[in-house]
Amino acid sequence: MSKLNRSVVPDADLKTVEGIALGNAAVLESLYHDYFPIVLNMVIQNNGTEEEAKDIFQEAVIVLYDKIRQGNFELSSKLKTYLYSVCRRLWLKQLGNQERAFQDVSSYEEVIPVEDDLAKHRETELQLSLMEQALDKLGEPCRTIIHDFYILNLSMQEICEKFGYTSADNAKNQKYKCLQRLKRLFFSTT
Amino acid sequence: MNEQDFIAQADRFLSGRMDSAERIAFERYCEENPPAAEQLATHRLFLQQLRQHADRAAFKRTLASAAERYHHPVIPATSVRREPILVTLWNRFKVNSLVAASVAIVAVFSTLWLSGYYKTIEKTTTNYSALRRDMNTVKKNVNAQNAVIRNINSEKQKGGQSEGHFGATGFIISPNGYVVTNYHVIKDADSVHLQNTKGESFRADVIYIDPTHDLAMLHISDSTFKTLKNTPYTFKEADSELGEDVYTIGFPRDEVVYGQGYLSSRTGYAGDTTAYQLSIPVNPGNSGGPVMDSRGQVIGIISGKQTGIDGASFAIKTEALLKSISAIPMDSLESRLTINRKNSLSGLKRTDQIKKIQDYVYLVKVY
Repeated sequence: MSKLNRSVVPDADLKTVEGIALGNAAVLESLYHDYFPIVLNMVIQNNGTEEEAKDIFQEAVIVLYDKIRQGNFELSSKLKTYLYSVCRRLWLKQLGNQERAFQDVSSYEEVIPVEDDLAKHRETELQLSLMEQALDKLGEPCRTIIHDFYILNLSMQEICEKFGYTSADNAKNQKYKCLQRLKRLFFSTT
Repeated sequence: MNEQDFIAQADRFLSGRMDSAERIAFERYCEENPPAAEQLATHRLFLQQLRQHADRAAFKRTLASAAERYHHPVIPATSVRREPILVTLWNRFKVNSLVAASVAIVAVFSTLWLSGYYKTIEKTTTNYSALRRDMNTVKKNVNAQNAVIRNINSEKQKGGQSEGHFGATGFIISPNGYVVTNYHVIKDADSVHLQNTKGESFRADVIYIDPTHDLAMLHISDSTFKTLKNTPYTFKEADSELGEDVYTIGFPRDEVVYGQGYLSSRTGYAGDTTAYQLSIPVNPGNSGGPVMDSRGQVIGIISGKQTGIDGASFAIKTEALLKSISAIPMDSLESRLTINRKNSLSGLKRTDQIKKIQDYVYLVKVY
């Protein structure tokens, strides 16, 4: 899924990228082991707390995930450099937002520009938050029916049994109504 | 085709469940109906977003759990050490017990203090009392006497003002005027006077002190003093045996007093090997008195007693006395110090021995 600059990027990083794309828990945990300490250090050194460092790191991983999922991912540097740059950018932004004492967060780590990725990430975040809101308003059992049908790819028959509808047609009707409602909710907010 | 059917078809189409015939039919339908094509596109995008949302939510959950595992590693239950019940109890009641303990300590020590326990300890730890006689009581009497005298004859107002502070005993070791007594007697003395049983008083100089053995040598410097005959007693250097019958004469009052007892231990106060313990009635003023055995040999010098214990008096051994004498620098002696080696008391009765000895025993007055 990605064109990678093989001269710069170690094989281990490529495996990690694949793991992130699949949401592999072990890979994510090793990501924490390998890169969280330097981010923690950076945040602590620059007027932050451990909790903030955790949040920053988590967001950076999601940025990476979004980038990978968009399919046109091209890792032009080491994963470490990329994550560090994203975290640094995010932390600077947070410091600015909170009008906290803006210290020099420059560090001895290599930094690459990540502005575009962050902009895309924010956009995605916005879109998905709209979806989240719409789903929240939709409520149960609609939400689960939609999830089961479109995400888990369950058949109408299975959904019918799971929710105790008298016939598959009933379930179909219900699903259709739910979907229409969800669309209305989603498009009315956009 | 109504909308519901269309969406159902679209779902089948998008999820790839249609067979090829159906697919072609559906595609053709969309080509022929532009609104339907548009609806399909919207539906496709919407579903994409829905799926992206779901994936991302799933990813976030995975990430959160990974973060949780990293930040708070789960310690396997087997490795959690079960504290013994005693430790648990201790942890729980640590503070309480410390408070209780400190209260108890304060209570105990304040009670001991209030009940005078420490005063008793102090008394018992300093229960060695040197037997010099404090003359202050005498001085009071004398002052009272003087007051009476003043009434009769005001010329003698000042008499008795310089009355001695302490009284003790000393005895001749060499007939040319050398006398031994205790160091604690003449310590801080301005002047020392010796008075014999006949009431004659002589001035004496301290020529040597030996604080470690509590001994002091005096020399009678008074011109009125006449050299005596050789001492009737001799000095017994060897240790005497337990149970040895001993006696002493001294001046616990202004009159010479005889005391009799026996040797009860070869060591003195607190295991002092240079002294004996005697069971003999002695009182303040007996300090420096000679301890004689039945054959008229000096075996020691009374030095003190232990308060609170009956019959525990202490006498410095003659051996220590002789050592002390030999340590006197020759140039501090005005005349030769000769110690008698011939005993003239051995065969005599006790009363006759005392009669002979008492001329050689002096009341030491310290001013």
